[in-house]
Amino acid sequence: MPKDHGIGASSKRREDVRFLTGTGNYTDDINARGQAYVHFLRSDVAHGRITNIDTAAASEMPGVVRIFTGADFEGIGSIPCGWQVTDRFGEVMHEPPHPVLAQGKVRHVGDPIAAIVADSLAEARDAAEAIELDIEELPAVVNMKDALKDGAPKVHDDLPGNLCYDWGFVEENREAVDKAIKEAAHVTTLELVNNRLVANPMEPRVALGEYNRANDESTLYTTSQNPHVIRLLMGAFVLGIPEHKLRVVAPDVGGGFGTKIFHYAEEAFCTFAARQLARPVKWTSTRSEAFMSDAHGRDHVTKIELALDKDNNFVALRTDTLANMGAYLSTFAPSVPTWLHGTLMAGNYKTPLIYVNVRAVFTNTVPVDAYRGAGRPEATYQLERVVDKAARELGVDPIALRRQNFITEFPYQTPVAVEYDTGDYPATMDKLEEIADIAGFAARRKESEAKGRLRGLGVNCYIEACGIAPSNLVGQLGARAGLYESATVRVNATGSISVMTGSHSHGQGHETAFPQVVAEMLGIPEDQIDIVHGDTARTPMGMGTYGSRSLAVGGSAMVRATEKVINKAKKIASHLMEASEADIELKDGQFTVAGTDKSVAWGDVTLAAYVPHNYPLEDIEPGLEETAFYDPSNFTYPSGAYACEVELDPETGRVTIERFSAADDFGNVINPMIVSGQVHGGIAQGVGQALMEGCVYDENGQLLSASYMDYAMPRADDVPFYSVDHSCVTPCTHNPLGVKGCGEAGAIGSPPAVINAVVDAMQSGGHDVTHIDMPASPSRVWAAMNG
Amino acid sequence: MYNFDVVTPKTVADAVAALGEEDAQALGGGQTLIPTLKQRLASPSKLVSLTGIDEIKGIRTDDSGVLCIGGGTSHSTIAGEGSAYPALAALAGNIGDPAVRNRGTIGGSLANNDPSACYPAAALASGATIVTNSREIAADDFFQGMFTTALDDAEIITEIRFPVPEKANYQKFEQPASRFSLVGVFLAKYADGVRVAVTGASNDGVFRWSEAETALSSNFSVDALDGLSASSDDMIADMHGSAEYRAHLIGVLTKRAVAAAG
Ligand SMILES: Cc1cc2nc3c(=O)[nH]c(=O)nc-3n(C[C@H](O)[C@H](O)[C@H](O)COP(=O)(O)OP(=O)(O)OC[C@H]3O[C@@H](n4cnc5c(N)ncnc54)[C@H](O)[C@@H]3O)c2cc1C
Repeated sequence: MPKDHGIGASSKRREDVRFLTGTGNYTDDINARGQAYVHFLRSDVAHGRITNIDTAAASEMPGVVRIFTGADFEGIGSIPCGWQVTDRFGEVMHEPPHPVLAQGKVRHVGDPIAAIVADSLAEARDAAEAIELDIEELPAVVNMKDALKDGAPKVHDDLPGNLCYDWGFVEENREAVDKAIKEAAHVTTLELVNNRLVANPMEPRVALGEYNRANDESTLYTTSQNPHVIRLLMGAFVLGIPEHKLRVVAPDVGGGFGTKIFHYAEEAFCTFAARQLARPVKWTSTRSEAFMSDAHGRDHVTKIELALDKDNNFVALRTDTLANMGAYLSTFAPSVPTWLHGTLMAGNYKTPLIYVNVRAVFTNTVPVDAYRGAGRPEATYQLERVVDKAARELGVDPIALRRQNFITEFPYQTPVAVEYDTGDYPATMDKLEEIADIAGFAARRKESEAKGRLRGLGVNCYIEACGIAPSNLVGQLGARAGLYESATVRVNATGSISVMTGSHSHGQGHETAFPQVVAEMLGIPEDQIDIVHGDTARTPMGMGTYGSRSLAVGGSAMVRATEKVINKAKKIASHLMEASEADIELKDGQFTVAGTDKSVAWGDVTLAAYVPHNYPLEDIEPGLEETAFYDPSNFTYPSGAYACEVELDPETGRVTIERFSAADDFGNVINPMIVSGQVHGGIAQGVGQALMEGCVYDENGQLLSASYMDYAMPRADDVPFYSVDHSCVTPCTHNPLGVKGCGEAGAIGSPPAVINAVVDAMQSGGHDVTHIDMPASPSRVWAAMNG
Repeated sequence: MYNFDVVTPKTVADAVAALGEEDAQALGGGQTLIPTLKQRLASPSKLVSLTGIDEIKGIRTDDSGVLCIGGGTSHSTIAGEGSAYPALAALAGNIGDPAVRNRGTIGGSLANNDPSACYPAAALASGATIVTNSREIAADDFFQGMFTTALDDAEIITEIRFPVPEKANYQKFEQPASRFSLVGVFLAKYADGVRVAVTGASNDGVFRWSEAETALSSNFSVDALDGLSASSDDMIADMHGSAEYRAHLIGVLTKRAVAAAG
């Protein structure tokens, strides 16, 4: 019988009631008295020198409060980068300044040049058109290979070239890997592109800055996944506002997918302008602005080589990647192609020698940063594509080749620094073969062929590192922050509980899942427990939500705080029942004394804590509220096996997904329904990347896919009913819940399955196609088959 | 958006008078024009909404069996009540999403003549007559290249007259992002011949594929199209498909339209 509450129950998502009935409180729903509106005048060229900017006439336009330009931000900090990568020669990366408003040069279409603050948005837009602006257009660099050529236009005049860093990992392995590849019985080589994506959360970004002259406090309401991180970055590095004078609130947030982790110029601007004008200032991104100002994702160009011995064992792997940084370094951009990517190149396989080379490149495009999966989809895609290609070259079954090379003993120290604690890759593959009905594929292929369609099957595995991360480790790797998480469990007098978490929920369902854990630990109903998040004034310092870390790290902090609560409550109960503390047991919301029929209820104990009339005041303080900070000792390593079946219309090149199956090992599962939902959404995004989504610039740096007219988002009818399973469980060994994280797996695991299936379908039709780049749109597939 | 005035006349005559003013523009369902205004790509001083004019709404069949659709009729009305011309009703039912279909009008679509729009193919393949407040224009004369038509300023499409074919079919191959037609082929078979109109493909907007018409007029079968291919000259090439791909799709979709028309 499935549980109906607590850990393991599919409790209904309580937050959905407000989201689905229009009563959510999103940033744009917040309006401050007397607020002014800002419109950003953005560059319409990719690269240019600002030779003249005259705001005099525009400033006289009706309703204009003030027009700001880059000159107003001289002496103000640059938008900071949160991660410093050291290159393979021991040099730190190039970190050019990123002004809030352009100073001297514009570097991508959408780069903000001036900010017009007015009584209404329409007046601000009118005034923007009256600004006299002259830009001397410069040649733009868009393509990474071109950007690295001698004499290429320079995105940043002060940098020697457009190279941010040249990273090698593990550098000591370089020669050994080269040698192993040279001597291998077989080497499979693949060149591929991991396509640039636009995250497109349903809610565009919004920022509302407020300033209170009475107490010199600034408040920023913003669409963020991590309000404390924004407070730290903006307060300390850009505007110089100390934490106690700066509050950052991220209320309901309508999806983030990574792109709302980062600190953006618009946030700093609204906070700054509100102080300057002593008036609230609000910005609401339009969808068009989002396309050219939200950090993009992926955008890698890779050559990967897999070496095998004569028995088809993997012996070495070498990759050479160009990673696009865009025009400026976004908050975590440098970490994505390095530590979140190189460390995953072992995948599920015992390849003894691995060398990863990544050159990060500046171009005249929107900055690129973490997007659902962040580095791990790039790693998984290239690895699982090259393994598939190797199987085809060697004429062996792709599943068998994978099984043969699986890591089977844990803990497993990879040659790329990380140590996997647990996993059972054969088990997820077995489960996949079952739920995907791999055995029935041949018959389904026949049916498709009878209709004139080609049918392909693609399988892949994935491993990811999430639950980020041990602070001391990431500190060594260049992170400029710790990656612990916090929770305060505040028990109220009547026994209800508010959990203040540093994690942030922007669709994931924390408000439902987190209480399930506390309810299980205390044996009280879930509806007695609420989650508070997203406000630096209400929650302890926390690092927010990304990297599938909320439950593994934030949930662990909550468990630790709840344990402290239980310990204290037991002390109180032992006093109330005049029994030894060691004999007190807590079950189903009742404290009992072992071996007796004595009991007190949870509510009696909590009341005693706040009305301490009969209370051991000499031993313990009144009240029942505990805080814990949890710093993980390792990453967590969810893993799984995915299968995709496509039908391909050979006349048009159109690919449809007929079946998609996912067998995941997420460790222990708190709410299976929410986990399935996370996998569904992740797969939809992965399918979107594989078949539909592509951010396209022309050679002048104009963004061609600048709206939904050209940027293809997956819709409900583009994806099938998924078959997902998370019954294979190897609990994480180092966090108290044994959980691993499930938020990104779908997006990490699905693109290679789709492309493997498309290639399989094309080959089944007699086409000698070994690879197709994403998105495998109809025209590309047709061209590949007829090329 | 820039500021503008809106008037909602009740008759075609009043609408034409209102459109006589400088910088006035007709507003149909607004599904193309409103986004354009929001982007500040157009700045009419006055919008003359046609939504209040009952005389240009609705569907009727005249004495000679011609299907007459008011220029202000919405896509959803055509989808729901256009059963006299099933291929046309199906086309309308597959435009955009419900909101677009409830607001958008056939007159607005034809006046706009987007190179990827669906109705232009239906009108051209059907040899329809576009009726305005001042004249009747044959479809063959109406479409004059991308976003260009025979309409004069201040001229309002009041009705479109579709001779109902014996057989017809519309094959729309969707552009993955917009779901407008990447290529759309409307085929209509009349007693005096077959007409094939292609949308989405050409830099010159909707056009008739005359080789296919000739072949199908003498032999209405898929086989009749064997060996025929549309030229890729002047085809649109963009991130969604090359000129060659679009030309290829014309052939595929035409065959499918013949097969589907039965
Ligand atoms: C999300 C979305 C998806 C869509 N998908 C498709 C699709 O798949 N296929 C497709 O064909 N279209 C599609 N469209 C376009 C849609 O069909 C529009 O409704 C249509 O193109 C314009 O009609 P309208 O009545 O909305 O005109 P409006 O937007 O009001 O006006 C468009 C132009 O026509 C003029 N005009 C309007 N009515 C008349 C009239 N009676 N006489 C003279 N001039 C007039 C206006 O002045 C304006 O210049 C889509 C639109 C959207 C927003």
